[in-house]
Amino acid sequence: MSIEEYKDVWVFIEQREGEIFDVGLELLGAGRELADKLEVNLCGVLLGNNVKNSAEDLYAYGADIVYVIDDPVLENYRTETYMKAVGDLVRKYKPEIFIYGATSNGKDLASAVATEVMTGLTADTTMLDINLEKRLFEASRPAFGGNIMATILCKKHRPQMATVRPKVMKKPEADFSRTGKIIEEGLGLKEEDLQTKIIDIVKSAKKSVNLEESDIIVTAGKGIKDEKGMAMVKELADTLNADLGASRDVVEAGLIGHAHQVGQTGVTVTPKLYIVIGVSGAVQHTVGMQNSDVIIAINNDPEAAIFNVAHYGIVADAFEIVPKLTAELKKALDKEGVTTNG
Amino acid sequence: MNILVSIKQVPDTKVIKVNPKTNTLDRSSAPAILNPYDAHAVQEAVRLKQKHGGKVIVLSMGPPQAANAIRKCVEIGADEGYLISDKKFAGADTLATSYALYKAIEKLEKEQGIDLVLCGKHAIDGDTGQVGPGIARRMGMPPLTNVINVESVDTDNKLIRVHRKIEEGHEVIESPLPCLLTVEKTINEVEYAPLPNMLRAARYEPYVWSVDDLEDVDIKQLGLKGSPTIVGTMWPPEKSSGAEMIEGSTDEQVSRLLEVMNDTQELLAVKGGDGA
Ligand SMILES: Cc1cc2nc3c(=O)[nH]c(=O)nc-3n(C[C@H](O)[C@H](O)[C@H](O)COP(=O)(O)OP(=O)(O)OC[C@H]3O[C@@H](n4cnc5c(N)ncnc54)[C@H](O)[C@@H]3O)c2cc1C
Ligand SMILES: Nc1ncnc2c1ncn2[C@@H]1O[C@H](COP(=O)(O)O)[C@@H](O)[C@H]1O
Repeated sequence: MSIEEYKDVWVFIEQREGEIFDVGLELLGAGRELADKLEVNLCGVLLGNNVKNSAEDLYAYGADIVYVIDDPVLENYRTETYMKAVGDLVRKYKPEIFIYGATSNGKDLASAVATEVMTGLTADTTMLDINLEKRLFEASRPAFGGNIMATILCKKHRPQMATVRPKVMKKPEADFSRTGKIIEEGLGLKEEDLQTKIIDIVKSAKKSVNLEESDIIVTAGKGIKDEKGMAMVKELADTLNADLGASRDVVEAGLIGHAHQVGQTGVTVTPKLYIVIGVSGAVQHTVGMQNSDVIIAINNDPEAAIFNVAHYGIVADAFEIVPKLTAELKKALDKEGVTTNG
Repeated sequence: MNILVSIKQVPDTKVIKVNPKTNTLDRSSAPAILNPYDAHAVQEAVRLKQKHGGKVIVLSMGPPQAANAIRKCVEIGADEGYLISDKKFAGADTLATSYALYKAIEKLEKEQGIDLVLCGKHAIDGDTGQVGPGIARRMGMPPLTNVINVESVDTDNKLIRVHRKIEEGHEVIESPLPCLLTVEKTINEVEYAPLPNMLRAARYEPYVWSVDDLEDVDIKQLGLKGSPTIVGTMWPPEKSSGAEMIEGSTDEQVSRLLEVMNDTQELLAVKGGDGA
């Protein structure tokens, strides 16, 4: 294998029932920058059943070429079929870089393809760049344990692959004047030949919280200690009509459900206001909230790393300041309520 | 039904501390534990064995101390443990790890037959979740990731039906056996170990294999040499210009905070507005 044969930046475009997931568009935005630096094409990979019509929409988000495999067998994601489809495309068209959204299926697919084509894969990256001098893809992610970022390289194997979580990259503005071309391929698998069968897809009732959509989030960290501290934070959140967020330690302590976890293994959020109480500011937490419009941090340790990403910082004992803040806010909002709700 | 569970010993990342001055990890602060997801995988295997018979075999790649994680699995109810441990495995990324584990599973499969392989959803030290699908691909088994429920196993027709978590809910999937599952924590509750298991575990010594105990191994695919990814630079995350610190007494801090929030009038409008 000669690695010089490998060109172009590819993005896996995940869809369900023909609807394209935002993460694919976000990655086209990130991929566009990589492709421009390398002076190569940016390509989307779109698999599914009756998805060809959506392919042209991808030009608007930066794609030059869209590889499409449209086949009833690809209706729903299965590792078996998608791995074969993507593996065939990679072997035939040889991309230099290939990025996937770190969704359940995106991670599953990327892992399977990495073994299928024997290359390196970096999970849950938060920054992507190119070292032009060495023509290497630099995929960076928070590393084990704490306040450290690490850049992972894949020097001798192609494609260089990475997964990126939803909302980490910005979705680009659509430019509908852009054009591109579609390259269609076949799959060559029949339903009868497949091992796994999807019997049913059960959609769960809407999640109780969807922090990704929240305007205001109040987040509790281990500094709030126990149920009492949690109740205190919840009262502040309720007063602000905000949603509750939590650090991983708070979730693991059983104080709140995993749906509330913000960070690398939780959700990535971008509210207008993020109030963060008793969170130390480990990078695994901050990658999930640093793009919030206004961040207010309360922590009793002046050295806490959370103050590095906050816009406003308060060194204080949460148990002292939070109840006061809640009380004052109630007063202020009552007055406010007369004018705005009237 | 013989079930193999691939398990990893990891540092407890909940307690590990970073030295803020040197940006290095204080490894001595972190005790080594059984990867929590893998504990659930072992529990599920034990549950399936109780229903369908057979045995639960655990396998791990790691340093000699990883035997402790295997003992923990024996506590949960595993029957046998194998540790593959060799300097030649060191420095493996997920691709080289799945290769080594695959070679060991292949040997166990030949010796005793394996009907099902279980892995954790991911290991908490790296959170990659790549090793399970990697093993499956090498074994030629269908991988079913993010499993939250094993609905049924039909040992006569060699079929398994599982629920697999996806963003919008879950899928019900049927697959022939043998296959590989990676499990979520919600699949079960890890039960308290019964006393006989504890006693057995305390004295349990796993089988330890070196590279030479495995067959047809391509040394080039092992360890650091067999790993396509390498760690380049490490650096502390970018610091923003830093927060504007709000000083003073608690009362002063609160009133300044209200000002800040008031300045962002929009925020109060969000509250006062649709209130949804
Ligand atoms: C692979 C991996 C993935 C991870 N994913 C995530 C993730 O998605 N999300 C996440 O949050 N973490 C994640 N973590 C964990 C992360 O590294 C940190 O351990 C975690 O965020 C720390 O939580 P914390 O800040 O609540 O607790 P701590 O680090 O214990 O911090 C508590 C803070 O509270 C302050 N405090 C104490 N008492 C008070 C008081 N009375 N008033 C005010 N402040 C007080 C302390 O000064 C301290 O700063 C992950 C780790 C790993 C290894
Ligand atoms: N060194 C190892 N030995 C045995 N099993 C492992 C090892 N590393 C990973 N695994 C398995 O693969 C799963 C996913 O790990 P990872 O891909 O590192 O997140 C774990 O939950 C284990 O089941």
